[in-house]
Amino acid sequence: MGRELPMMKVDRVIELEHAVVDGVDISGHWNRMFTDRSIEEYPTEAMDWVTGLAGGESLRSCYQCGKCVPVCPVNHVGSYGPRKLHVKVLRGNNLLDDPDLWLCTTCGNCLRVCPKEVNPLEFMPAIREQAVLEGNVPAELAKVFENLQRQGNPHGHSPRKRADWVADAGVPVPLIAEIGRPVDVLWYVSDYTSYHPRGQDAARAMARILTALGIDFAILGNEERSDADSARLAGETGLFEMLAEQNIKTFRKYEFERLVVMDPHAFNAFKNVYPRHGWEGEVLHYTQFLAPLIDRIEFKSSVDVDVTYHDPCYLGRNNGEFDAPRRLLEAIPGVRLAEMPHNKKNGYCCGGGGGGMWLDGFVADHVSERLSERRVREAVETVAMDGTGVLSVACPYEPSRFEDAVKSTGNDGRLIVRDIVELIDQAMQPATS
Amino acid sequence: MELIVLLKAVPDLTEELEIDAAGTGLATEWLTWVASEWDEYAVEEALQLKESFGATVTCLALDTGSVDELLATCLARGADRVLKVGSFERPPDSHTAARAFAAALGGLSYDLVLTGVQAIDDVDGQVGPLLGAALDLPHVSVVTHIALATDGKSATVNQEYAGGIVGEFEVDLPAILGVQTSREVPRYAPVSRVRQLLKTAEIGHLDAPADGGSGLIVEAMEVPKADHQAEMIGGNADAIAARLVEILRERGLTSGSAR
Repeated sequence: MGRELPMMKVDRVIELEHAVVDGVDISGHWNRMFTDRSIEEYPTEAMDWVTGLAGGESLRSCYQCGKCVPVCPVNHVGSYGPRKLHVKVLRGNNLLDDPDLWLCTTCGNCLRVCPKEVNPLEFMPAIREQAVLEGNVPAELAKVFENLQRQGNPHGHSPRKRADWVADAGVPVPLIAEIGRPVDVLWYVSDYTSYHPRGQDAARAMARILTALGIDFAILGNEERSDADSARLAGETGLFEMLAEQNIKTFRKYEFERLVVMDPHAFNAFKNVYPRHGWEGEVLHYTQFLAPLIDRIEFKSSVDVDVTYHDPCYLGRNNGEFDAPRRLLEAIPGVRLAEMPHNKKNGYCCGGGGGGMWLDGFVADHVSERLSERRVREAVETVAMDGTGVLSVACPYEPSRFEDAVKSTGNDGRLIVRDIVELIDQAMQPATS
Repeated sequence: MELIVLLKAVPDLTEELEIDAAGTGLATEWLTWVASEWDEYAVEEALQLKESFGATVTCLALDTGSVDELLATCLARGADRVLKVGSFERPPDSHTAARAFAAALGGLSYDLVLTGVQAIDDVDGQVGPLLGAALDLPHVSVVTHIALATDGKSATVNQEYAGGIVGEFEVDLPAILGVQTSREVPRYAPVSRVRQLLKTAEIGHLDAPADGGSGLIVEAMEVPKADHQAEMIGGNADAIAARLVEILRERGLTSGSAR
């Protein structure tokens, strides 16, 4: 069954017999041996509109070399490709009503190879913002935006329950409002780590690790709000700004040396975007914070597994941290680390970034499979062909995404998904027989 | 064509509801407020009518203290004007609300008034009918599929009944409609625009009486208690059927011939 491909609007492209550009007649056949060159005139309104948006400028620089297409993860599962966006805009399509607008996960792999630095991490949010301002948002994404607006988390759960996971951590997790003194580490727990059952597993593991290391830490508890970086990349700039204002107000209430975060998207927001909104400070992803301390952890058992590691786009490629997670994994007794073919700078996107986490139904109509499913099959082939392997992750979006993909690709029992902190925590416990 | 939508704020059920110390109402300390879901359907219907027939949409909300964002959201979605009505310490009952809205509508011109058919806080559904009586205007509740006649003098609406039966009503304008659902999901209100409107929009105010209640007094409010547990009937179809018959017999619910 062939899928229905989107129609390309070509009606506004006119073939010219003669054209003069900057005083030079380019219509002649002096540079062609056998035929006249064909000259096409394109409408410029859509390109002018996109490049007139703050962040949209770089789209014009594309010269159609196509290097972006084979590295785009979405291209692997459908007909989408970054280069094609340029063609569409060139042909008069401003993308506002085009499904392609919502397929980019802002993973940044095309930008990595682009000789012209055409940057979808900037032009995608810019165009999407215009769609959002028109109220032109896929319904499932709009629901998440509303949750973020009302409850400060994408799940729509009560903000008062943000720290409910603490009860089962087995160690005290101090609230910064209650301890009433400066702390070394303000631990920003993040949305999925706070609310999703599998994220909470990582939160509890992290609490035990911080306690074992004797770190002076505290959390914000119910005062914490979403970093909303994925909402920003999905075009809801106002929502991002609203939550940034709330978080920055809270950060300023307390004294702490550094912010340690679980979610690479929060890391990206606090490190790269919050300075524009008036907050600057030391921000570390938890892997960066723990890596120099890993020798101080007393391991009591060996995990004895083949492990591969999935680089989160917003820790790895887009923020340049590839070593810290690997240093942690290599220090865990019994971890045999193997790399997937797509690793480090060329890491394969899970599909959850840039709003993709909340567009599963919408995206499903335009792709042959989820990116998380492709990634899981790559992990199975790397570490689980003869037994059981572990796909280790460092982003709280991943456990639920990849565990669903493990089931949907029929690899239940074959591939286990674990946050790195869960593996550390496991090896800190005595062996169970 | 002038359309008016009546709204009120209700507790956001994201937070678990707690009873106040007096035991007669909700504890409001942690409550956050949202527009009543049915009122949002009424807004969406009004905006749909505006887009297909050309109309102005004015949204009125009972001023219970925190409705600015609710009204800014109406503007962000496409309403032309928003007004706060009266001043209330807590959400009033339907009779008080209808009296307040009737007073507010007295100073406005309109062809059609839309409101949510009911709201989760009291599930009373009486604002529309009471308002119709107070203003001596026709009223239809639980409506869907609102269509305006081309001369703008009447509307056709549907009312759904059990068993998939739909009644079609023609109502002379001006009229009051209690909206059950909208033809489209209420449209997304971009946060950027809501925030901007909160700073810049003019939110008017209309005086309205805060008395004239239903005469009902809440003596006590309680969280429902679970005192029976459901019995899960297991086994094959015969065993399940046998147990069902046994239960019906125990309760004296079988007729003579079934014995």
